[in-house]
Amino acid sequence: MTRVSRPAWQEKPTVAGRAGKGTVLTGVVLAVLVPLWVVLVTSLSSRETITAAGGLVVVPRGVDLSAYEIIFAGGQITRALAVSATVTLLGTAVSLVVTVLAAYGLSRPGSLGHRFLLFYFLMTFLVYPGMVPSYLVVTGLGLKDSLWSLVLPSAVSVFNLVVVRAFFQSLPGELLDSARIDGAGEFRILWRIVLPLSKAVVAVVGLFYAVGYWNVWFSALLYIDDNDKFPIQRVLQSFILAGQAPQTSGVAAGTALPPTLAVKMAVVVVTVVPIALVYPFIQRHFTRGVLVGAVKG
Amino acid sequence: MVAPGFLLLLVFHYLPVLGNVVAFQDYNPYYGDSALSALIGSPFIGLENFRILFADPAFWDAVVNTLSITAFQLVFFFPLPIALALLLHSVMSKRVKSFVQTVVYLPHFFSWVLVVTFFVQMLGGAGLLSQELRDAGITPPEIMSNPDTFIVLVTAEAVWKDVGWGTIVFLAALSTIDTDLYEASAVDGAGRWRRTWHITLPGLRPVIVLLLILRLGDALTVGFEQFLLQRDAVGRQAAEVLDTYVYHQSIVTADYGLGAAAGLFKAAVGLILILLANRLAHALGESGVYRRS
Repeated sequence: MTRVSRPAWQEKPTVAGRAGKGTVLTGVVLAVLVPLWVVLVTSLSSRETITAAGGLVVVPRGVDLSAYEIIFAGGQITRALAVSATVTLLGTAVSLVVTVLAAYGLSRPGSLGHRFLLFYFLMTFLVYPGMVPSYLVVTGLGLKDSLWSLVLPSAVSVFNLVVVRAFFQSLPGELLDSARIDGAGEFRILWRIVLPLSKAVVAVVGLFYAVGYWNVWFSALLYIDDNDKFPIQRVLQSFILAGQAPQTSGVAAGTALPPTLAVKMAVVVVTVVPIALVYPFIQRHFTRGVLVGAVKG
Repeated sequence: MVAPGFLLLLVFHYLPVLGNVVAFQDYNPYYGDSALSALIGSPFIGLENFRILFADPAFWDAVVNTLSITAFQLVFFFPLPIALALLLHSVMSKRVKSFVQTVVYLPHFFSWVLVVTFFVQMLGGAGLLSQELRDAGITPPEIMSNPDTFIVLVTAEAVWKDVGWGTIVFLAALSTIDTDLYEASAVDGAGRWRRTWHITLPGLRPVIVLLLILRLGDALTVGFEQFLLQRDAVGRQAAEVLDTYVYHQSIVTADYGLGAAAGLFKAAVGLILILLANRLAHALGESGVYRRS
């Protein structure tokens, strides 16, 4: 155990206090981890193990990858994963470019129309359209059943924009001025000076956008009718919550029936994995990202 | 540089704001050959949609459900991130602290589809809890489909997803409190609890007030996907909130005028609430969401 120095004025922690703290924190951590564990273990279990357990498996007995073979065999789930990956990559790229450009433009007071533009962007917090007119606009533009319907309407998050803008404003102005004197244009300054200094905040905002696109569900319910263009959340919902079987291909006739519960849990796992993989790298920057937004929002 | 963002917001934010005129129309989506011609061609009927809306008992059910859930969550959800932040702040070991933080932030990034899926798998009729209880010979309770306890369930889900994330702001505020204050009061004989009460909580006050105001201003919003996903399992009576009401009135039954009217009502009341809440903040001597100009 690591010893951390306790300031001299602070009382020694009581045994009961430490036990209480430990219990609560353990409980909180388990409440998050146990569901993840059970889902992961069940997805890796064979049909026999699942039958023996009477459903979900808590204690693993061997590793069986057949559920993953089924969902990656080219059926609806494979397609949905590809759709979600496309939307996430494309959407995050579009959002980051638009957000960074606008944040840089709005970070410099004194430019033409600055006050109006700032007001224009910030008013979106107070005045927002309802679901119905948004739906009519998106369908009116002919975006129904287009993956752009999942990207464009939510491409700019003004919250993220405010976070990035606040960071840009915190950069020393002399730095930008000296580049300007040396004859660098605004795009060059943004690309060569501002962005290299802003990796952390861009990473956090990029994560926020990426997670948003990966999690897109309701927009797909509204705008995507074509099964082949369903993102993964939409498939997860119809497959697990509404109980419709997805069309899987690649399972040859005559092979044993797939362990359905394991397949379901495998879909949950593949939906969680991208988030769980990316997030630890960016986690340490959260406080700054969230805080700037909270203070200025 | 601002142009792409400007245009995107113009088309997908401000254009729909103007599109709210359908709330005053007998909107017929099949009039003409485009949404624009339908918008221009549909007859204006004044406040007729609002009259129908306010006469609909289902609408008032949705309003009552929304406000009940907001009130319930203010009491049973809002204080939890503060408590957890205090607890985490008191943990001495950096390793333990950052491990717990890593774990509890994670569910914030899950979609509602995933969160509800996890709850169904753990607490649902075919879930882990029921499975274990049946093995033990106990009839499992209906948790996921019981309208009477639905408000507890949705709050539990919201807590599971966001209690950890909610601590970030409070932890940051805690780290800005001057430790000299603690030392001085400890020397003067103030114990652990007195220090928490007289130093820590006043230090958190601005953040608490700010978040409380934002929540009050957003009283008509309790989340949408969470409720839409569970509406069928629990039933309209308990699970219909304003946003799902709008969805079912407009998109599902294609009565766009009525849905838009409900949406506009919500937006208008929401705007008034946020302005009032901000006034309240100024009256309490806090800076509020935006500064008075």
